[in-house]
Amino acid sequence: MSALLHVVGTVFLAVAETVGALTVLVFQLAWGTLRLQMDPMEAWRNLYKVGVKSFPIVVVTAILVGAIMVIQTGQLVAEFDAFGLLGWGAGFATLREVGPVMIGLMFSGRVGANNTAELGTMKVTEQVDALRALSIDPLPYLLVPRFVAIVSMMVLLTIVGDLTALAGGALTAKVLLGVEPALFYHSIDEYLKLGDFLNGLAKALFFGVAIATVSCHYGMSTEGGAVGVGRSVNNSVVASAVSIFLFDYVITYVLK
Amino acid sequence: MIEVAGITKLHGREVVLDDVSLTVGAGTQLALIGPGGAGKSLLIKIMAALVRPERGTVHVNGEDMLALNDVELARARASMGMLFQNYALFDFMTVEENIAFPLRQAGKLGEGEITERVAELLHQVDLPGIQKQYPRELSGGMKKRVTFARAVIHEPPLLFYDDPTAGLDPVTSSKIFILLDRMKRERGVTSVVITHDILGVRDICDEFVLLNHGRVVFRGTRDEIESSEVRFVQQFWRGESDE
Repeated sequence: MSALLHVVGTVFLAVAETVGALTVLVFQLAWGTLRLQMDPMEAWRNLYKVGVKSFPIVVVTAILVGAIMVIQTGQLVAEFDAFGLLGWGAGFATLREVGPVMIGLMFSGRVGANNTAELGTMKVTEQVDALRALSIDPLPYLLVPRFVAIVSMMVLLTIVGDLTALAGGALTAKVLLGVEPALFYHSIDEYLKLGDFLNGLAKALFFGVAIATVSCHYGMSTEGGAVGVGRSVNNSVVASAVSIFLFDYVITYVLK
Repeated sequence: MIEVAGITKLHGREVVLDDVSLTVGAGTQLALIGPGGAGKSLLIKIMAALVRPERGTVHVNGEDMLALNDVELARARASMGMLFQNYALFDFMTVEENIAFPLRQAGKLGEGEITERVAELLHQVDLPGIQKQYPRELSGGMKKRVTFARAVIHEPPLLFYDDPTAGLDPVTSSKIFILLDRMKRERGVTSVVITHDILGVRDICDEFVLLNHGRVVFRGTRDEIESSEVRFVQQFWRGESDE
């Protein structure tokens, strides 16, 4: 019994410690962002690395998401001969839910994991200590630029992803179901609201904050050489994915 | 001048440094020696306030390093240079950007002067013309010398060298020790050198501190350590084993 309590206590303390550290870090990052406390060159480098380098994979993911939504919706639409609702059906699911979540998960796997690995490697090879020894605070130099890059690019690439997904959906609708793009567009224009699009963007914003904070936290708390870096990357990807679904649930519930 | 008193550092429940006290006088080059895992690297990180101990005090030039806030710490660290055991070169920067980093961050010198000083330092460490290379393109010995250049470019009066010759061939090691000696003689810097190369440091260091299992087991000059009656001290200094 005491062994069980010991395990429960240890797990509880570890979770509380991580949540506490993440909470402190997110406030530090937000405060640093608001005060523009960041190295401009590092910010530029990260915006390029996160944004430009992620663009192709986001476009490919989004086209496939749009296409899949049309295939799924298409079965129902064809059954009721309601082709005029195809754009709305596919767009509604894409903009509010599938688009931000898929791009968020892709971001956590590509950008978040990379961020954790890079920071973790810097930590175990004493590069972070070297920065501090050279009177440079790692928060504005390393972390705030990454936070700004990940959050802003998550939102911007979700906008790109939404548009690309709709284009992919329209193309699939024409090829597989013979629905004209004009009808597909009309359905979107008629039935989708700005709120649907903004709902997805709100999710993207929170997903970006979660991915950036989690990946920075696990990167900077890496210990134990290459094995430690691997462990941190694994923890970061898992925690980011859990955070994405947690935020998705809360935002969907609040903005329903 | 560096004064550490009663430093105790734990790693989990294990005591890594146990009530360590020592003083490094102004202009002194002190060698911190001892077996692997004795806590030497940790001790100089505590001296530079990169790691906080559980107990004890650290004073550098009279300032209580553990009581300083972030801004004050950054100012205090500007008077220090550190050569790390694992090079700690920023791998996304070129050699030139790495070496110039402390000067560019300080923002006191123009680009022309910074470029000139980097070239001059690279010449001093026998690595002219490698400004545009990245750390991944360099050998271990070259990285050590680039790290040395980065540590000294802002001419700090206080230097920490963490195993500056680890893994280097004897010729490169000798070059590094010449550079360390030159820093002491020409610039009068106060320095702490962690090393396992007793032969390399015995002529260039003023004092020797032997650390074992997180405790100071000997402290003195070269003459004192050579005449020590303590068996462990003798063995370590002469590189002898029990067998």
